[in-house]
Amino acid sequence: MEYPKYLSYSSTHEWVEDLGDNKARIGISDFAQHSMGDIVFVNLPEVGDELLSGESFGDVESVKAVSELYSPFSGKVSAINEQLLDSPELINEKPYESWMLEMEDISDSEELLDADAYEALCDSEEH
Amino acid sequence: MKLLFEKSIDSRKSSFLAECDVPTIDLDKDILREQSLNLPYLSEVDISRHYSQLERRAHGVNNGFYPLGSCTMKYNPTINEKVAKLPGFVDVHPLQPEETVQGCLKVLALAKEYLTEITGMDDMTFQPAAGAHGEYTGILLIRQYHIKHGNVKRNKIIVPDSAHGTNPATAAMCGMEVIGIPSTEDGFVDLDKLRAAVGEDTAGIMLTNPNTLGIFERDIKQITQIVHDAGGLVYYDGANLNAIMGVTRPGDMGFDCIHLNLHKTFATPHGGGGPGSGAVGCKQFLAEYLPKPVIELADGQYSFVNDLENSIGKVKSFYGNFLVVVKALAYTMTLGNEGIPLSAMNAVLNANYLMKLLSECYTIAKPGICMHEFVITMDKEAKEHHVTANDIAKLLIDHEIHPPTVYFPLIVPEALMVEPTETEGKETLDEAAEVFLSIYRNAINDPESAHKAPVLAPIGRPDGVGAARNPILRYKNED
Repeated sequence: MEYPKYLSYSSTHEWVEDLGDNKARIGISDFAQHSMGDIVFVNLPEVGDELLSGESFGDVESVKAVSELYSPFSGKVSAINEQLLDSPELINEKPYESWMLEMEDISDSEELLDADAYEALCDSEEH
Repeated sequence: MKLLFEKSIDSRKSSFLAECDVPTIDLDKDILREQSLNLPYLSEVDISRHYSQLERRAHGVNNGFYPLGSCTMKYNPTINEKVAKLPGFVDVHPLQPEETVQGCLKVLALAKEYLTEITGMDDMTFQPAAGAHGEYTGILLIRQYHIKHGNVKRNKIIVPDSAHGTNPATAAMCGMEVIGIPSTEDGFVDLDKLRAAVGEDTAGIMLTNPNTLGIFERDIKQITQIVHDAGGLVYYDGANLNAIMGVTRPGDMGFDCIHLNLHKTFATPHGGGGPGSGAVGCKQFLAEYLPKPVIELADGQYSFVNDLENSIGKVKSFYGNFLVVVKALAYTMTLGNEGIPLSAMNAVLNANYLMKLLSECYTIAKPGICMHEFVITMDKEAKEHHVTANDIAKLLIDHEIHPPTVYFPLIVPEALMVEPTETEGKETLDEAAEVFLSIYRNAINDPESAHKAPVLAPIGRPDGVGAARNPILRYKNED
């Protein structure tokens, strides 16, 4: 399982890349894609949507289940990764390259974890 | 196996289609198809063998144990079929004059009388075609109630995470916003979270009881009270009514509205695409919103009433799946006042007996007394031995047992949801338990073999991911 050091993580298994200037990129972690199994569908918000921190912004569907995605920030959706809509398997193959959305005008934030703390959280969920 | 289209031979014909006995009409050329329909041409024996072949590849209640959680795959008594085939029920047309179908109308009226008594409701419609359609109709009644009372801002429906997956979908289909609330550790609705969730925008709550963990909501009267106090209405998902029918009544617990799955609880066949019947019952104050037409009895004559100002309108053509109601009525009258509660008690007894036997190896997600079903979690085995809920399901197929529901409810990891139903005898449960326990032990000792199961079925492990990512939804003619 990979936990890249340059990313931050939410306790609901989203990763966050700080792009500076109150902007960020969001995806789901290696742990999340692994526990979901083969992802067959992803549902993303639209560019321009306003999100609240902790609010669901979409969902991913695997053969096993549908899981909600939670926004770590309050802010505005500035881009979505449209490639994932046609090729959701990329999330399984390259979870940290398969970003789901970019946000701008970020204000409020969920409490985020660094890679070590997140790895510890995943270990505790695993056992 | 080949499809009917692939078995087609152009010159073949079947003799069982009756000659046309009404005048034929020549249509204008400009509205006629240019190409003939691509229909398969087969002889009667070819068709008969095709469907027999399909039947051999399937598993029905008549083939063996079918503990598919939440689906109530119980045996459907043949007498129900016999009654539903009576010419007076079969050879009628929905547009026939009312005075010529009084018997059929009486069936609908009697079924309403018995099922409202069983549920503790005041009125009922049989229009909805199945469970989720019943939910949709029920939530439309609640929506209409709020609108007619000027409460247009009540647009949020609360759905606990132990509810049937159709509940949030229904609320969304009715234009409501879904507010999910998590369950407590032991699987009940969290009252504090419920109190925090209700407010001036609450339209109501949808409660599945017993819930998808097979647990009867302990605080059910508080739940209905909290929602009522906030001005919302309470909806009972009655899909699991076979666990409580004749023993306790949702109407007495404070519920305003309920749907029943006649095709589950009241023993009409399902699982092959229907038809079903999602009868919706309600308290008197919601009755004026029921779909039209409703049936009235005046001077000994039944009639349809369409002049209903506040009705939500129609939710299906004509009066719903009528013959399913006939079968459900036959079932209810066969069991009677004594049989209905005995059936529910047997459902609960069977589930607890099987749960106890299986707990020798399996981990029960919420230990304790269950209702008509229980949930196993294979979380530990998946992590430590790479034996998943899916592996157990596939292994059961080789032993001619239909797999339980897998990976549901979502709040239990690696879930196997087992509902033995009330119609199985102790011997069947004992035999099934032996199979469950032996495949478990073998799988833990030899996970590699478990991953190959089933080896005796016509289809091994279909590519579920491929089917979901690139679905082929219909036959396409290659020409």
